[in-house]
Amino acid sequence: MKRSHWSIPYAVFLAIFVVLPLLLVLVYAVQDGQGHFTLANITRFFSDSDALGTFAVSLEIAIENTLICILLGYPAAWILANKELNRSAVTIVLFILPMWINALMRTLATAELFNMLGFQLGKGTLLFGMVYDYLPFMIYPIYNVLAKMDKSYAEAAQDLGATPWKVFWKVTVPLSMPGVSSGILMVFMPTVSTFAISEFLTNNKIKLFGTIIQENINSSMWNYGAALALIMLVIIGISTMITGDGKEAEEALI
Amino acid sequence: MKKFLAQTYIWILMVLLYAPLAFIAVFSFTESKVLGNWTGFSTKLYENLFTGRMQGSASLISAVENTLLIALVSAFVSMVLGTVAAIGIHNLSGRKKRALTFVNNIPMINPDVITGVSLFLLFIFLHFSQGYLSVILSHISFGTPYVVLSVLPKLRQMNPNIYEAALDLGATPGQALRKVLVPQLRPGMVSGFILAFTMSLDDFAVTFFTRGTIGLETLSTYIYADARKGGLTPELRPLMTLIFLIILVLLLVINIRQARMQKEKENL
Amino acid sequence: MAGEHIIDLNHVSKSFGDKKILDDINLYVRKGEFVTLLGPSGCGKTTTLRLIAGFLAPDEGEILLDGRDISGIPPHKRPFNTVFQRYALFPHLDVYDNIAFGLKLQKVPSDEIDKRVRKVLKMVSMTDYEERDVNSLSGGQQQRVAIARALVNQPKILLLDEPLAALDLKMRKDMQIELKEMHRELGITFIYVTHDQEEALTLSDTIVVMNEGKIQQIGTPTDIYNEPVNSFVADFIGESNILNGTMIRDRRVSFIGHEFECVDEGFGENVPVDVVVRPEDIYFTKKPERAQFTATVNSCTFKGVHYEMYVDTDTGNELMIQDYDAYPVGSTVMLYIDPDDIQVMVKERTCNTIEGKMVDETHVELLGGEFECLPQPGLTGGEEIVAEIAFDKVDLLDHQEDGVLAGEVHFLLYKGDHYHLTILTEDGDHLWVDTDDIWDKGDLVGIDLAKEDIKIRRKHEA
Repeated sequence: MKRSHWSIPYAVFLAIFVVLPLLLVLVYAVQDGQGHFTLANITRFFSDSDALGTFAVSLEIAIENTLICILLGYPAAWILANKELNRSAVTIVLFILPMWINALMRTLATAELFNMLGFQLGKGTLLFGMVYDYLPFMIYPIYNVLAKMDKSYAEAAQDLGATPWKVFWKVTVPLSMPGVSSGILMVFMPTVSTFAISEFLTNNKIKLFGTIIQENINSSMWNYGAALALIMLVIIGISTMITGDGKEAEEALI
Repeated sequence: MKKFLAQTYIWILMVLLYAPLAFIAVFSFTESKVLGNWTGFSTKLYENLFTGRMQGSASLISAVENTLLIALVSAFVSMVLGTVAAIGIHNLSGRKKRALTFVNNIPMINPDVITGVSLFLLFIFLHFSQGYLSVILSHISFGTPYVVLSVLPKLRQMNPNIYEAALDLGATPGQALRKVLVPQLRPGMVSGFILAFTMSLDDFAVTFFTRGTIGLETLSTYIYADARKGGLTPELRPLMTLIFLIILVLLLVINIRQARMQKEKENL
Repeated sequence: MAGEHIIDLNHVSKSFGDKKILDDINLYVRKGEFVTLLGPSGCGKTTTLRLIAGFLAPDEGEILLDGRDISGIPPHKRPFNTVFQRYALFPHLDVYDNIAFGLKLQKVPSDEIDKRVRKVLKMVSMTDYEERDVNSLSGGQQQRVAIARALVNQPKILLLDEPLAALDLKMRKDMQIELKEMHRELGITFIYVTHDQEEALTLSDTIVVMNEGKIQQIGTPTDIYNEPVNSFVADFIGESNILNGTMIRDRRVSFIGHEFECVDEGFGENVPVDVVVRPEDIYFTKKPERAQFTATVNSCTFKGVHYEMYVDTDTGNELMIQDYDAYPVGSTVMLYIDPDDIQVMVKERTCNTIEGKMVDETHVELLGGEFECLPQPGLTGGEEIVAEIAFDKVDLLDHQEDGVLAGEVHFLLYKGDHYHLTILTEDGDHLWVDTDDIWDKGDLVGIDLAKEDIKIRRKHEA
């Protein structure tokens, strides 16, 4: 037997548990409760001001969160990857450690801390909690790219007369872009689709798109839920195309 | 000066990141039902956790057991399925290889809500009764890609002739797999297993959608339900502290070992 | 040793996708022989070895072991063992376990394994290395373990796939001698793959020269060196001057603007040929009556044993000469060549002959590109034609996108006063070009043809 045939069981598994479910999302999204073809679910979304509003808020929060994570995370990753500024592997472990802890647990802890400190739960705390949840996912891929980067690029630039500041902007930053786009993928996608987290952090004041999907599915509105999921899939598809495929992001994790 | 600024920045971020966890850890050593209310030092919550006599709901223990069971089983199946798949994919070429790698990436890019909803629809569509099995199958579906991605680089690093060398020396394909390939791939399989395991531990959304109505609770769904009711089960505090410590120790051990191996290699 | 065939390859072909890697290979190996498959990378030599080992199956043809077809036998049941390129030692096993791997699978008793492993370690001079981690061994030591691991199974044939390629020069020379000795002592058949012609000449009883999936020549090292059958072999084996010439009549050939006596017969009269003269076969003389032509020394480099000189002949050709004496640059020298040392070969082709079809009366489709041609009265669009283009009428352009076709310089031959290039087009067709410009192997070029240089005739005209 050829060794390439060893991929067959997994190909079958993927067909059943990945491809078919996604097709079902599409199928349910364009059907009514009786199984007839309809676009009503999709058009309903565009006339549902509640859903549209949530959608806009979700996008806004996701974009803001991603930007804040880049602004805070890039310098951190750069410092961690710089041998002169950080010699300890333990610091790096401490920064990636939160990625390994259940997000719900961490969110809960944050919400409880806000509660105790007497903060008003709302958009501010939601953003803060999101940044807290996802910052490690931005730092790690950028750190990985920076740490593996060949020092001779920077040295060559210096040799050609670039000041340290120019070396940073003209060489280090462009070369670390793959890490940044991995980070964007790993922060933006989960934020835009998150549910539960926003409820914890805002005491149910702000609903995000994921929550609406969940509510519809849970109240047996499968077709509308599937349509909403389909709309999110489109958003995911677009942002994946912009940032390149997610392979790098996931490989950075490993 | 530069170094001082950098260190300060790192430490401020670190404090912010760990403040909530520290907060929980501190309050795990007091008996108060309400978080944030210090009623004096006590290890009672830890005792409760280990004896099972909870102040809150006793189903916390079974939720922990379920979480571990589901994670272990799904990570193990993922490891076997993913390793065999990686060998297959490595030996594919052209369009088939690209197609399979692409589909393999979908579960990793897909947000958990979508994965959860789509699998929920699948089980409805197939009239598959939802419970342990559906949750485990779902966890296998998002865990296996990590195994594939961990094993593939090991296959690429491997001398391509090694498998053939074993055949050449008289090993049957099965023997060559057991005696040569698996030992070579083991590090990738282990890290894939660990990834699949932690992904499963972490998961909330997919479990939430695929567990059905038999009352199956994992740690995540338990916390979710608990938080919605308002008021955390106090024993969650010591549990979270313990999980945090275990992961901290594990990561440190793995990293220090890696660093040491690196050094040994350099010294050779 | 003479006679008995151990391996026969009959009409063996193999393709990967659209690419034909081996094209109708016919080859036999005699028992106890040291056979080398020699050729540049991508010539199909490693594929041939892998077919024999059983890692690949031929698309066509048969492979016989002792006269019996072995196509149905998987590699682990074939009585051959392979020494792999980059060794393929098992990194998780130590030296002893690597060598014992095959014996353990055969369930050989452990004291017997012990005896055989020690014996073979002694043979490769690696005694006392049993417990060493294979990753801690040097390249040369890993090589020895790889050979030991193969030999301990007492194969009928040892297959070696560029085993010395990763070693440095000194180590390679030492290992060559050791391999040769091992072959003599063991008396088993060795099939050896290399791209290093010197290695092939040193080691082999028989050399099989391959290029582009075809066997070019099979012979003893001396045969191949002294009597190459075509310009590829002449160029690939050793240094040579390859020149365009004309066979005037039997035993009389002209090249570099002079006539020479030679020993070749039967080519016919006034036939274009390729002439090969080895650089050590051009002699200096002080006596004008011996001299056949004169030349000016252009450069002179000491090569350790001999001097290598480039000279310009009185007729404007460049020749390479090797001699134990140096002649000063700029001096005029008198030269002669012995009839024995002139190797005359039939030209494989004298111009590019390409099948194509007419697009309309003034356009023709050749090699997947459309070219303008002179009006072809009587030929209509779609008609199949044959076009001839002289070697020196193909225009090569620096940028691929400037040409009608894009190609890559695949092989080049210096012919004394010009270069003869083989260009591989995008579609995998060959085009041969004579040019004075200097190109390197692997250069990407654009290809264009002037309309007056495309000579077209109907395909089915005789």
